[in-house]
Amino acid sequence: MTEVVSSHPVAAEQRRARAPSDTGPRASGRLADVAARGRGLIVPAVLLVIWEAVVRGGLVPANLLPPPSALVATVRELLADGELQGHMLVSSLRVLAGFSIGAALGVAAGAVVGLSAKAEALIGPTFQGLRAIPSLAWVPLLLLWLGIDETPKIVLIAIGAFFPVYAGLVSGIHNVDRKLVELGQVYGLKGGVLIRRIFLPAALPSLFVGLRTGLSLAWMFLVAAELIAATKGLGYLLSDGRETGRADEVIVAILALALLGKLSDSGLAWLERRLLRWRDVYKTIGA
Amino acid sequence: MTQPLIDLSITEKRFAEKTVIADVAFQVVQGEVVSLVGPSGCGKSTLLRIIAGLDSDYDGQASVLGHAPRLHLDEVGLVFQEPRLLPWLTVAQNVGFELGAKGARHPRVAELLAEVGLADHANAYPKQLSGGQAQRAAIARGLFSRPRLLLLDEPFSAVDAFTRMRLQDLLKAIAARHDATVLLVTHDVGEAVYLSDRVIVLASGPGRLRGQVRVDIPHPRDRRDPALALLEGQALSLLEGVAVEQSAA
Ligand SMILES: Nc1ncnc2c1ncn2[C@@H]1O[C@H](COP(=O)(O)OP(=O)(O)OP(=O)(O)O)[C@@H](O)[C@H]1O
Ligand SMILES: [Mg+2]
Repeated sequence: MTEVVSSHPVAAEQRRARAPSDTGPRASGRLADVAARGRGLIVPAVLLVIWEAVVRGGLVPANLLPPPSALVATVRELLADGELQGHMLVSSLRVLAGFSIGAALGVAAGAVVGLSAKAEALIGPTFQGLRAIPSLAWVPLLLLWLGIDETPKIVLIAIGAFFPVYAGLVSGIHNVDRKLVELGQVYGLKGGVLIRRIFLPAALPSLFVGLRTGLSLAWMFLVAAELIAATKGLGYLLSDGRETGRADEVIVAILALALLGKLSDSGLAWLERRLLRWRDVYKTIGA
Repeated sequence: MTQPLIDLSITEKRFAEKTVIADVAFQVVQGEVVSLVGPSGCGKSTLLRIIAGLDSDYDGQASVLGHAPRLHLDEVGLVFQEPRLLPWLTVAQNVGFELGAKGARHPRVAELLAEVGLADHANAYPKQLSGGQAQRAAIARGLFSRPRLLLLDEPFSAVDAFTRMRLQDLLKAIAARHDATVLLVTHDVGEAVYLSDRVIVLASGPGRLRGQVRVDIPHPRDRRDPALALLEGQALSLLEGVAVEQSAA
């Protein structure tokens, strides 16, 4: 009784004492968050200013290193006639197609090799051997076999995406906790159901590592493919800029590639966060 | 005389070259609550795994519900020593795991979560649970299918004394209500005596049967009953005998 009575004012006092500081840290936390993001912009902003100054001051020839202001003009010009959008669209579609095919095959092959010791003994070493080939070495062969239109580009991108996805899933499956598999077995799960309900969810984090690496390789191989033979796409813009001596076009193409690469990776990262909410991982501050 | 639900006679169980169980034989009959106590490493979990059909690499005989032990008997509920919740499923989905994707919405899930005091955590992921909460979720999952035979491996080891008493009484109530047979591994001799009809004491290095204590005290029992304390003392002496023997060896 007395405890209840005496605890009341104390609790109220604690509430009162906490109330102002409660919003305090949170509000300043948001501010700190914005500030932290802002801090990341300081270095690029300073670099841009130096860049502009250096070129205007005549220390570097503007035709080799166009200043940021000239790049803005180039972007405007390329956007106005729809050229830049066209290149970006073509490149994105190629990556989408190549990555989808490569990732799908990577998941299929990874699942088979990861889940079946027989399959692993049979085809694991072959994949390891193929993986050792620097993927660009495929290019001449692909051109010989498949001509110079879309097919060899998409195949090359698919090859780039395939191996990380394959390797990610295989290692994910190999690292599934035996205890969780046992639990599935106690509940009578076998074959496909055991795979779907235990192996795949458990291997998902590692699969996502593979998918994200595969996606970044897909962009890399896109550039390689388009540099070699293309009449459209950002890789074409790169080689066209070089041939016509337009450094501004080259830099804009690079920036567009960075933008698309970052956007597509953010998409995957978003999906990863959603699907792997359950994961218990160490979070760095602000991550 | 009905056939025992568990009829076990292990003459040897080895891991690699090491013998971990030398000679253990016991039976458990329908409706009985039996506890296994013994020093750490004496093979209690291993015995439970053999009975659950998770390990068939041993010398000797075993029969569970009239068959050789095998995985996934609907009528057997197993609670592992560690919670083993699937980290990608919510608590409710874990409890209803048996029914797959629709398991979480089964009314029995809510009922069990309320019984183990986790009603507020139905949608939490295992990473958000404390050790004791995770263990309670695992117990709820083990009870989900109303098993005829419940195998529990130190299910209350990570919960506080108060919750432990509540869960012990819950287990007793459920066992009585479903006329379930229970084999409980525990390191708490008091708990073993309070809950069981029989306490089997194992010795270690390698695991052997040390003896057993019958608890012929009708339910409901009073935790402070001196008769229970007496039996607990007997079980403890059996255990201590183990310790003496060990240090002599
Ligand atoms: N998978 C394994 N591989 C090798 N040795 C094992 C394995 N599992 C258990 N053992 C050994 O078997 C013995 C018995 O282990 P078990 O887990 O059954 O002990 P326990 O009685 O349950 O102990 P605790 O009370 O600590 O849980 C131990 O000596 C352990 O080292
Ligand atoms: Mg154990």
